Amino acid sequence: MSEDKSIKDPLGRRGFMSLLGKMCATTAVCSSVASVALEGVAAVAKSTPAKAEFPPAGPVPEYDWTKHRWAFGVDTTRCIGCLRCVEACKVENDVPFNPHDFRTWVERYVYLEGEDKPHIDSQSDPVNIAAAGSPHDYRFSDRYRNAKVTKAFFVPKLCNHCENPPCVQVCPVGATYKTPDGVVLIDKDYCIGCRYCVQACPYGARYFNEETQTTDKCTWCYHRITKGLKPACVEVCPVKARIFGDLNDPSSEINEFIRSHRISVLKPWTGNGPHVFYNGIDSEVT
Amino acid sequence: MHTFMHVAPFIASPFRGYVYPNETVLPWGVLIVVYPYITGLVAGAFIVSSLYHTFRIERFKPVARLALLSALAFLSFAPAALLSHLGHPERSFEAIWTAHWTSAFAAFAYVAGFYAILLILEIWFAFRVDIVAMAQTARGSTGLLYRLMTLGSYDVSERALAYDRKWTKVLAAVGIAAAAGLHGYVGFVFGSLKAREWWSSDLMPIIFILSAVVSGVAVLVLIYVVSSKVRKAAIDESCMTGLAQVLWGFLIVTMLVEALEYVEMLYRRIEGIGMIEQLIAGPIRIGLAIQVLCSLIPFLIVTVLLARNVRGRALIGWMSISSVLLMSAVLAMRWNVVIGGQELSKTAKGLLTFTPPLWGREGVVWASTLLGGSFVFLWVLARLLPPWEPAQMSE
Repeated sequence: MSEDKSIKDPLGRRGFMSLLGKMCATTAVCSSVASVALEGVAAVAKSTPAKAEFPPAGPVPEYDWTKHRWAFGVDTTRCIGCLRCVEACKVENDVPFNPHDFRTWVERYVYLEGEDKPHIDSQSDPVNIAAAGSPHDYRFSDRYRNAKVTKAFFVPKLCNHCENPPCVQVCPVGATYKTPDGVVLIDKDYCIGCRYCVQACPYGARYFNEETQTTDKCTWCYHRITKGLKPACVEVCPVKARIFGDLNDPSSEINEFIRSHRISVLKPWTGNGPHVFYNGIDSEVT
Repeated sequence: MHTFMHVAPFIASPFRGYVYPNETVLPWGVLIVVYPYITGLVAGAFIVSSLYHTFRIERFKPVARLALLSALAFLSFAPAALLSHLGHPERSFEAIWTAHWTSAFAAFAYVAGFYAILLILEIWFAFRVDIVAMAQTARGSTGLLYRLMTLGSYDVSERALAYDRKWTKVLAAVGIAAAAGLHGYVGFVFGSLKAREWWSSDLMPIIFILSAVVSGVAVLVLIYVVSSKVRKAAIDESCMTGLAQVLWGFLIVTMLVEALEYVEMLYRRIEGIGMIEQLIAGPIRIGLAIQVLCSLIPFLIVTVLLARNVRGRALIGWMSISSVLLMSAVLAMRWNVVIGGQELSKTAKGLLTFTPPLWGREGVVWASTLLGGSFVFLWVLARLLPPWEPAQMSE
């Protein structure tokens, strides 16, 4: 290839090759910017969210999102499966009234005599939908009325607002993000609707809203909690199976719940660090 | 039961066992099956062209430039599959301007964009002599187009051509890495998701690259055979045997790694293995049968072709049949990964059965149109820049 070195730039292509050189330089600059950005992201991912990075005034005026750290509790020993929480959530958050879009749902675990694995269903099971009679109503059918039940309980489910949310990690545009008060939100004016986050959530907490063509999920009713109210599902629960509060406040209901129960989280092996704490579930609950 | 049919629109998939309510609508449909399939064809076709342009394996010369145009045609349609899947395609540029770098998806535009620039540059160098010739002879708007494509460079002296060859060689070499990167990245999109047992695997990027080469070589064989038949030009048997060798080599490694993936998953007996076994025996059994049979049969055919040094019409006929089967096998593999992964519930206690809609944005018709569109675009490209060697020019 030594002869190639002696070749001078043919006239007319010198300009082009110089342009090419500039393009290469631009690519190099872009990639170094990208690597710096990646390092930054890795550094943020390793540390706990630095609250100082966020200005005190978030999207809601008169609410300082650096002063709170929200968490959710579910006491399954109290849940009666009335599904008022599911209905309240749909109404409060404009969730489409169909059997496949939910910000929160309730699962029923039933162990029958002589069996070691539970029968599991939710309000979306065809039998339960038939029992409710309409997509606007939610009800658990009494399908186990004549069976010998040895153990049964209900498990409300919702977004876990994880410490290391995989949904936030995979969003290509940063439309879903974690706030300094520990809530994972979606900017529906920014979401491109690729649904990668729906895939990444191990809890099935996200759904694709056909009306807005964006992803949606539980926000712990961010519009309410930033005004000092409780999430709609917590508000309507007649048996206090759902508990919500501020971990920064030692006397909050959530701190009291965590102190007084042996709690667990769902799928801890994922390393996601869920912030929905459960009491009274067994290992079959995933 | 009638109530369920009434309230659950056709988009919800039937399920058995327990699945999360939000899972009954699969987030990714046939468009995301077609997307990695098309990018795979890009990678495979490109690697064949690099065998000539970088490694100077002369027997691949007859298809080297055809492979470059094929890669460009497929690369042009890969983003179309992604874009038409998006809920808000008009916001897709946000993934470039405000890319969120922890996402594998954010890299798509950059990886594909870099590769597209590289590919177009290589095509320009590889076709420059022809562009200059046509710019000097063609008249009217066609002539103007070719004159624009020369970028003002009309020098076709031996010195200049040596310079072109040097650049083609370098670009083809970098392109191998870029093609592997483009497709390995697609594998990473799936393999890196811990939420889905069926996808979460370190082998996924490797499987995607290997099967991409198989499908890309297969589609190139078909394009070469069909275009030669249409043009009534002779098919270079040495080239065809070379393609058979490449196919054979990549196929055996692909089958081994894919088998390893399955064996490892089944052997480890991880939690939820019962449901994985039911997935294999249930919703994806037809796809899996196509994947296995359409890999094994062509493997045997190509083995015999090479072992017995088959030539002539038999070689071309059997290679064409093998290529059709292998393209089906890889398409089935994409289905089994993308759809199969979503048919296995994240609860590990249930299975869904997905049937794609025929019409609509996520329908089979639109996905097939995109796939077919890339072949139409290849036809246009081949009219604009005939990739045929002088010896193959039809009379």
